[in-house]
Amino acid sequence: MNRYTRRTFMLETAMVAVAIAFAFPVYVLVNLALRAPSDTSSPIRPTTAPTLVNFTQAWQQAGLGGALVNSVVVTAVSVLIVLAVSSLAAYPLARSTAHWSRGAFLLIMLGLILPFQLASLPLYQTIRDLGLLGSVWSLILFYSGLQVPFTTFLYVGFLRALPRDFEDAASIDGCTPLENFRYVVFPMLKPVTVTALVLNAVSVWNDFFTPLLYLSGSDHQTMPVAIAGFVGQYVSDWNLIFAALLISIVPVLAVYLALQRSIINGFAGGLKG
Amino acid sequence: MTIDTKARPSPAVVTATRPRRSRVAPPWWFVAPAMALFAFVVLVPSARGVYYAFTDWDGLDPEFSFVGLRNFAGMLDDPTALQAVWHTVLIAVAITVIQNGIGLLLALGVNSMIKTRNVLRVLLFAPAVVTPIVTAYLWRNLLGPDGAVNSLLGAAGLGSWQQDWLGNPRLALWMIVLVIVWQFAGYSMVIFLAGLQSIPREIYEAAALDGTGAVRRFWSIVRPLLAPAITVNLMLSIIGGIKLFDQVYALTGGGPGHATDTIATLIYKDAFTLGEFGYSVALAVVLTAIVAVASAGQYTVLSRHERAAS
Repeated sequence: MNRYTRRTFMLETAMVAVAIAFAFPVYVLVNLALRAPSDTSSPIRPTTAPTLVNFTQAWQQAGLGGALVNSVVVTAVSVLIVLAVSSLAAYPLARSTAHWSRGAFLLIMLGLILPFQLASLPLYQTIRDLGLLGSVWSLILFYSGLQVPFTTFLYVGFLRALPRDFEDAASIDGCTPLENFRYVVFPMLKPVTVTALVLNAVSVWNDFFTPLLYLSGSDHQTMPVAIAGFVGQYVSDWNLIFAALLISIVPVLAVYLALQRSIINGFAGGLKG
Repeated sequence: MTIDTKARPSPAVVTATRPRRSRVAPPWWFVAPAMALFAFVVLVPSARGVYYAFTDWDGLDPEFSFVGLRNFAGMLDDPTALQAVWHTVLIAVAITVIQNGIGLLLALGVNSMIKTRNVLRVLLFAPAVVTPIVTAYLWRNLLGPDGAVNSLLGAAGLGSWQQDWLGNPRLALWMIVLVIVWQFAGYSMVIFLAGLQSIPREIYEAAALDGTGAVRRFWSIVRPLLAPAITVNLMLSIIGGIKLFDQVYALTGGGPGHATDTIATLIYKDAFTLGEFGYSVALAVVLTAIVAVASAGQYTVLSRHERAAS
């Protein structure tokens, strides 16, 4: 069973073929992004005279630099807030059996079912009345609340499986609940914090609907909205569009390849939560 | 200095005078920041949304009136809305079946002795981290009249199959499913793989020694032990499918005609191009109901399975 047999070789060949099929769209993406607009040969034929002109043009015209900064700021700040408030909330929710604790937990879990489309239209009005439309703060506020249920769910599940002995020992030694959380509980939550960090960062970074609503018509764009705007503007100039798409993918893939083990484990980690 | 320290009680004395507690009770206010954000962003607006669904609110005018069930009754006379509900359910079911089927096969393939297993795992999962709107624009070109899919067909001698894949009302919906499966099959794979790797090797080996065939081994041993992974995967894909917006927006914009409109795209169009906020939030209420029914149904069926398996 643990030997490399003929059947293993056949499986290997089949899997590599599948992977090539999966990678094919990416080949076309790179191939066309490197191609001058005047070259109208078949998109699957390798480009004969590769050029970087599309990249410089896309970078300048799509305002991707500013969008990249906005996306980084929005993702970093809102994920930080979500992790902080959710882990803190999970502590009593996982440990206390009081009525208020159970009630609060159920209320927050209700958020797992509610689709954000229901909240986002009335919230649009509130954000507008607060004068926050077009500001990245509206997004940070939105994600900080939207991601609470899922993150709290992960933390509570993990915390319930942890023994209370360390907390009890620390409190006998005179730790206040806050110190206990900061120095005893939170460090033990590290594995689930990594999972929550990865899943939240990916979903905030990739979200399109919310910034489309709250930032449309302003100069402040996140990456997905900047890309959509650019595609709308250069409808059929696909070489240029593909260069912009590739620019937006590169930072994400770079982070993914650098941290692939934690990221894949993070996604799979939701299984244990 | 020395006198000063002697004058103070030692820290040990201070601790001893504190009341002793054997158990920490984390205070309720630890929940307050999370609850405040959640209430402001999700709970209160959702409740208002449900209320607005019974009004003729246009999103701007502070004056609006209560119209009862008119918005919901209007949906029954609105073929676009009925179609969108059908498309939403169809997409969710198709994605759930196809994406998880392929994801499971990939997981079984990668969870073997093949040498490329680590590279393949990283490669096949990669699309799942890329922004959906970006992959959707990529595929919009691939599936276009001059796109790479038609070029491939031409090169394979299947020129008669060439067409505008997204412009064909009968195929466009399935093209959206294809794009989502391409992007997220690796995601399902990773979750199945984690489930497969948690199954102790001895169990397979014992069954193999007993002469159990591969199919039987999968069905009687792997499948029941995979129950938690199946639950997570089905939950993720069905809810993701029901809420689908980005890919439809980027690939077809709901077209041709309304051939690929989902509830989520109609919510957006009705609110922001037609100004019918009341009707739009009523659609969002329907969406919520579908998600709730799907989650509850899945939870009941799957937790029964998980219990049976354990």
